[in-house]
Amino acid sequence: MNDPIPFRPAAPGSQPDNNSPQYRSTGARHPKQPLLGWAHTVTETTGPQFSPSHFPPIQDLSAGSMGERIIVRGRVTDEDGRAVPNTMIEVWQANAAGRYNHPGDTHDAPLDANFKGEGRVFSDANGWYQYVTIKPGAYPWGNHANAWRPNHIHYSLFGAGFAARLITQMYFPGDPLLALDPIFHTVPDADARDRLVSKFDLDITRPDWALGYRFDVVLRGRLATPMEG
Amino acid sequence: MTAATAFQTIGPYWHLLEHSEQADLTRFGAVGERIVLTGSVRDGNGDLIADAAIELWQASPVADDSFPGWGRARTDANGVYRFTTVKPGPVPGRGNTQQAPHFAITIFARGILTRLCTRAYFAGDPRNDADPLLNLVDDPARRATLLAQPKGDAWRFDIVLQGAGETVFLDI
Ligand SMILES: [Fe+2]
Repeated sequence: MNDPIPFRPAAPGSQPDNNSPQYRSTGARHPKQPLLGWAHTVTETTGPQFSPSHFPPIQDLSAGSMGERIIVRGRVTDEDGRAVPNTMIEVWQANAAGRYNHPGDTHDAPLDANFKGEGRVFSDANGWYQYVTIKPGAYPWGNHANAWRPNHIHYSLFGAGFAARLITQMYFPGDPLLALDPIFHTVPDADARDRLVSKFDLDITRPDWALGYRFDVVLRGRLATPMEG
Repeated sequence: MTAATAFQTIGPYWHLLEHSEQADLTRFGAVGERIVLTGSVRDGNGDLIADAAIELWQASPVADDSFPGWGRARTDANGVYRFTTVKPGPVPGRGNTQQAPHFAITIFARGILTRLCTRAYFAGDPRNDADPLLNLVDDPARRATLLAQPKGDAWRFDIVLQGAGETVFLDI
């Protein structure tokens, strides 16, 4: 039997270090022992496949909610530019006032009874996805004095195998808080950071209805040739 | 080539996408030996972590309409997660090797920017002795962090993110 083709290691500078002191909560939550290197096996090269019948899509988070309605559209590809089709994308976010519908969020901003803040969509055969929501508000957090998170939408993707799993955040263009955000800046490479910022897109914008933002996601690709044992 | 999109922490509010039934991988009628995998998650101060998302993936039995192979569970106020699933069998390793039955376990949480990956094997399974991954860990105490222990009706797999008893995490 042929060995499975491993996923590619992360490009230098493209991923945060779990030991990032500027984000204080990493202090006691990052391993101090070196990670154990491991050539991918079927455990890492295969992964869950989600069907819309078991995981029903939630494509409109905005219905009845207060705030600025927006359309988010983008394409999921791998590092070689190939579409990742029919893959599940989970999103979650604060409401327009910067408050999560979550018992742990004590920010003094109003809850919106109509806004739960959970979405779930699937990419199409060419990797494209789209959902409708409201623009999330900024919110304060306790990392340092007068710390505020930039507007963001959380993303969760699974891709073609366990090793391709991704949890990230989509930001908005022109946000003055991005320059000050320690979490955003844990990504060393400026180009990799820039790709976390969505782009305003007039072609996605629907006349008389909602602004459109483009956010593409790249999942790990596979090494071209099988790695030796 | 465009490098993969950067990770950003799952944060403290990921429960907005939590559906507690996802911790039960047998909910679609899977056949096989049902087992419970449970354990606590602690940080480098010895404190229990009550806001983590734990994900489980198993390549065996092969996922189908009755078995998703994947589950997600929160750690509760006591820092404890709990899955119900079907006991995995062995799966092929690289070359001519065989891997002992195991779960791939992922920890996401506030304060973890990417994810932490480990494996839970079954203590006492004779196939562990020939498992290529377990055999990379020489120190018996470190190796033991990869073994779930039978406890009552469940298998117990405690996770330590940092410091004394730190779990072996994998560079996936
Ligand atoms: Fe957030």
